[in-house]
Amino acid sequence: MNSDVLLNARDISLQYNQRQVLQNISLTLNTRQIVTLIGPNGAGKTSLVKIVLGLVPPTSGEIERLEGIRIGYMPQRLQVDQSMPVSVSRFLSLGANARADRIDDALEEVGASVLKDSQLFALSGGELQRVLLARALIQEPQLLVLDEPAQGVDVNGQAELYRLIADIRDRHGCGILLVSHDLHLVMSATDEVICLNQHVCCHGHPEQVSNDPAYLELFGKKDAETLAVYTHHHNHSHDLAGDVVDADDCGHHHTD
Amino acid sequence: MTWPAMSSMLTTAAIITRTETVPAFIVNALLSGLLVAAIAGPLGCFVVWRRMSYFGDTLAHSALFGIALGLLLDIRLELAVIVACAMLAFLLVFMDNRRGLSTDTILGILAHSSLALGLVIISFTDNQINLMAYLFGDLLTVSGGNLLWIGITSTVVMGILFLNWNRLLAITLHEELAQVEGINTRRMRLLLMLLIALIVAVSMKVVGILLITSLLIIPPACARGFARTPEAMALLASMVGCLAVCGGIASSWFWDTPTGPSIVVMASLLFVIGRLLKPGAD
Repeated sequence: MNSDVLLNARDISLQYNQRQVLQNISLTLNTRQIVTLIGPNGAGKTSLVKIVLGLVPPTSGEIERLEGIRIGYMPQRLQVDQSMPVSVSRFLSLGANARADRIDDALEEVGASVLKDSQLFALSGGELQRVLLARALIQEPQLLVLDEPAQGVDVNGQAELYRLIADIRDRHGCGILLVSHDLHLVMSATDEVICLNQHVCCHGHPEQVSNDPAYLELFGKKDAETLAVYTHHHNHSHDLAGDVVDADDCGHHHTD
Repeated sequence: MTWPAMSSMLTTAAIITRTETVPAFIVNALLSGLLVAAIAGPLGCFVVWRRMSYFGDTLAHSALFGIALGLLLDIRLELAVIVACAMLAFLLVFMDNRRGLSTDTILGILAHSSLALGLVIISFTDNQINLMAYLFGDLLTVSGGNLLWIGITSTVVMGILFLNWNRLLAITLHEELAQVEGINTRRMRLLLMLLIALIVAVSMKVVGILLITSLLIIPPACARGFARTPEAMALLASMVGCLAVCGGIASSWFWDTPTGPSIVVMASLLFVIGRLLKPGAD
């Protein structure tokens, strides 16, 4: 494996409870590359992330990671029980490789130094996301996996958070796998977009993809509409099991 | 000074100054109660943080099944209880979620069927056992042998808990994050359940099967308002538990109340006082 390649997944499929969750997904992640996974709810984004992280084994397919790779993971959300008294710095110290100076550096990098002694359960959604990002950075990751990092953050905060993520890539030179369902905000910071709906609907460089008729069909129509709601349009249909029913005119290739 | 604190001091003072006149059973009771309360504090914090109180109840109820098995097979009862609780813990960790029933329901079924099965089996044995002693505790009959057993178990549980403290905190805050960072979360969950099973087995003598969970959750709940770190909460919970044990034994000594229930009443009283002093989370 080329040392620039952090992760290489081939033909990943996942079945859960007799339901096809993911179908023949292939994906490569390189150093300094930001890959964004987009797709509607239930498209299997989080399942794919769990496979990439090694939390869930795929039903079939192969996944190859750079040997000894350090992965920083920012989960979709952290629900802190009010009954647990724990400060931000104590939370950060629980991560692997956590040293006091790294905790301070990571908090400063995400602009959350002031929260260091706050209680975790008292943080707002945006503050909590920054703290989670700091925890991922403490790993000094080669690959950063961010599952819907902007969840629960207001629109202004989201733009800022995505700028921060692009900065982190430039500073640390790590690869980033980003899950999002608001394409508009991540577009500028992304090297490659993968549109997922149980299978890969389309993928490529945002510029290149944006001229793709399949892409325009998927995302173009809704561009002018609200930022928060993203409706997924298809030029093919899925049956209840998620299988492609009429894929003949979709302008890109499906491997079934 | 609160009156439980005062009465606990009186008990201690009585033991220190009148050792020759205080019967050994009180010393045994006090020591075993304090040992169990000291370890139930930190362990109980995890029960509170991870919302496992119903799990604790289920383990406690299955302890009676253990007693029944112990009587039936004629093996040491403490051992039988530990085996029964550990079996239940394994069962819960390795059952996955594909059965269409919530954990809550499964726990309810296991708790009550093991309690009922235990009672049925006991009725078949020839032993004329004092069921009340198992259900509500029998602290005043703790023997030197019991005390040694409680001491060894508490020390082992304390040691394992201390060594795995950070890992247990990490899986409590976010299990998947902990797993990505290299913690074997399933092993940790199993470990926690087994530790709770061990403490259930030894605290049966102190407060009894039906009241064990209270010893695990009331002291941490009382400590919550006064703590800003997990460690402070654990330490305070231990202290509250010890205070409740002293108060309960004192009440038993002076007014002839049942010891186990008195300890729980004392813990509840401390909880209420704590809430009045500090109503919210700090």
